[in-house]
Amino acid sequence: MAVIRDVMPAFQLFQPTSIADAQKLLEQHAQDAWVMAGGLDSFDWLKDRIKKPKALVDLSGVEELKGIRTINDGIEIGAMTTLTEVVRNPVIQQKYGLLGQAAELVASPQIRNQGTLGGNVSQDARCWYYRAGWPCYRAGGNICYADTPVGRNREHAILHAERCVAVNPSDSSPALIALDAKFVIRTPKGERVVDAEDYFIGPDTDITRMNILQPGYLLTAIRIPSTWAGARFYFEKVRDRNVWDFPLMNVASAMVLSGDSIERIRIAVNGAAARPLRLKAVEDAVRGKPRSPATGEMAGRLAVQGAVPLQFNGYKIPLMRNLVKRSISGVQEATWAS
Amino acid sequence: MTESLSLEIRALHEVSLTVNGELKTVRAYPMERLLDVLRHQLGLTGAKEGCGEGECGSCSVLLNDALVNSCLVPVLQAKDADIVTIEGLAAGVQLDVLQEAFLKSGGAQCGICTPGMILAAHHLLRRKPNPTTEEIREGLSGNLCRCTGYIQIVEAVAEAARRRAAA
Ligand SMILES: Cc1cc2nc3c(=O)[nH]c(=O)nc-3n(C[C@H](O)[C@H](O)[C@H](O)COP(=O)(O)OP(=O)(O)OC[C@H]3O[C@@H](n4cnc5c(N)ncnc54)[C@H](O)[C@@H]3O)c2cc1C
Ligand code: SF4
Ligand code: FES
Ligand code: FES
Repeated sequence: MAVIRDVMPAFQLFQPTSIADAQKLLEQHAQDAWVMAGGLDSFDWLKDRIKKPKALVDLSGVEELKGIRTINDGIEIGAMTTLTEVVRNPVIQQKYGLLGQAAELVASPQIRNQGTLGGNVSQDARCWYYRAGWPCYRAGGNICYADTPVGRNREHAILHAERCVAVNPSDSSPALIALDAKFVIRTPKGERVVDAEDYFIGPDTDITRMNILQPGYLLTAIRIPSTWAGARFYFEKVRDRNVWDFPLMNVASAMVLSGDSIERIRIAVNGAAARPLRLKAVEDAVRGKPRSPATGEMAGRLAVQGAVPLQFNGYKIPLMRNLVKRSISGVQEATWAS
Repeated sequence: MTESLSLEIRALHEVSLTVNGELKTVRAYPMERLLDVLRHQLGLTGAKEGCGEGECGSCSVLLNDALVNSCLVPVLQAKDADIVTIEGLAAGVQLDVLQEAFLKSGGAQCGICTPGMILAAHHLLRRKPNPTTEEIREGLSGNLCRCTGYIQIVEAVAEAARRRAAA
């Protein structure tokens, strides 16, 4: 029986056991290096021989990157913590349930057991053309195959597209933005901590990357401050099938009420643009307003201002409007008049 | 220092892992899929390749008690791990309660999905010995079946749970 046993292109493989060593290796090999966490995204790229790193840094042996601990103000989740551990963690369940809900809706049980939180927020676009190795803008070329009258773009962006119309496919990311999480990054110059929403970038910043990680950077942990612990949370994911499928769109909100009115709120949406979007303007507009269907509708309308549909994704505009509305005034009030 | 951790991926390396309770040492390329090592080197052909990309679950095995898709696990990440495959479930010729229930309820037709389904069910029953129908469906949601329509499979798992509780 013919067995093709070495399916990968050749590269050097490193298995560091500490954050310091992992970061040093990434710095040494700079743009030739590839980080492998749970490997779910990595494996596809490498097997299909589309990405050809010269050095692969496998993080599975770095114990410091695993696990969830309480810190001074909130919790810290190591980048290599699996999505299943996030879902089952009692502190997350009690105080930061928004993240647990989002993580539980990722893919399938098997994939949640293998996939890590750091990998989930750092995963690449799922655009068909790009994944199949077509030489599009995101792959360094000078054309977009999805943004044409016949391109398969049902899953693609309605906001902030700039040459590339791919979306960010992560479910956990909008929940982390709504919880005001901080991403901890080890760089050649030391540690850097950024707000969740600033971790992600769109094509206007760099068309070939989804986040701010540069060669030599390692995401080590995600911190969730206690600011939104126990707030009123809403997460909804819309997808074609109830397992495996990436979100067509999702929404995450964290809200604190005072009486009937919205005292504090954060909302984020993914699947609408190349990065998960924090809806700052919506937050500002609804603060101090009653948590009512009317407020929800106003928020939904505001959220989709400036949205531009492609040939096959026009449905995403009412979808986003309704998801934002629900994230504020709840599901019972979901029907959209008109 | 750090260089010493480097592995040549074009060379075979010794990898030890416990499979169904027995310590095995294989010579494999580090990025070889655990699925291929199990099937081609250890002759454990229960785990099947349906899609090769995480979308069907027919390659499911337990890795340190977690249900994973072995088509997406490089063998280097299974080093020193404890693996359970479908071959490890029966005690000699005595089938596991789950296997018997699948037989009885018609939970297996072509059989391609069956090893993964049974392992997913086994994994579920360990955490939740008395699952609700909803929990069974959720526990098996990462495993695709093109033959049965799932109803007999869900029944088989419920039956196995009842029999395990009675035993
Ligand atoms: C069939 C299938 C269905 C899926 N469905 C969903 C879904 O519905 N929703 C969803 O959100 N996701 C989904 N995913 C994506 C899955 O959750 C991600 O592939 C996974 O979370 C990536 O995590 P990983 O640990 O496997 O990372 P890897 O695949 O190893 O890494 C992903 C990327 O992140 C980089 N990276 C990882 N960790 C770090 C780090 N610590 N520092 C710097 N860079 C890093 C890697 O270099 C790589 O580019 C699906 C995947 C599959 C295969
Ligand atoms: S949407 Fe982006 S990733 Fe997809 S083909 Fe166009 S440029 Fe490439
Ligand atoms: S073969 Fe592994 S999930 Fe389909
Ligand atoms: S029995 Fe044939 S795929 Fe399930």
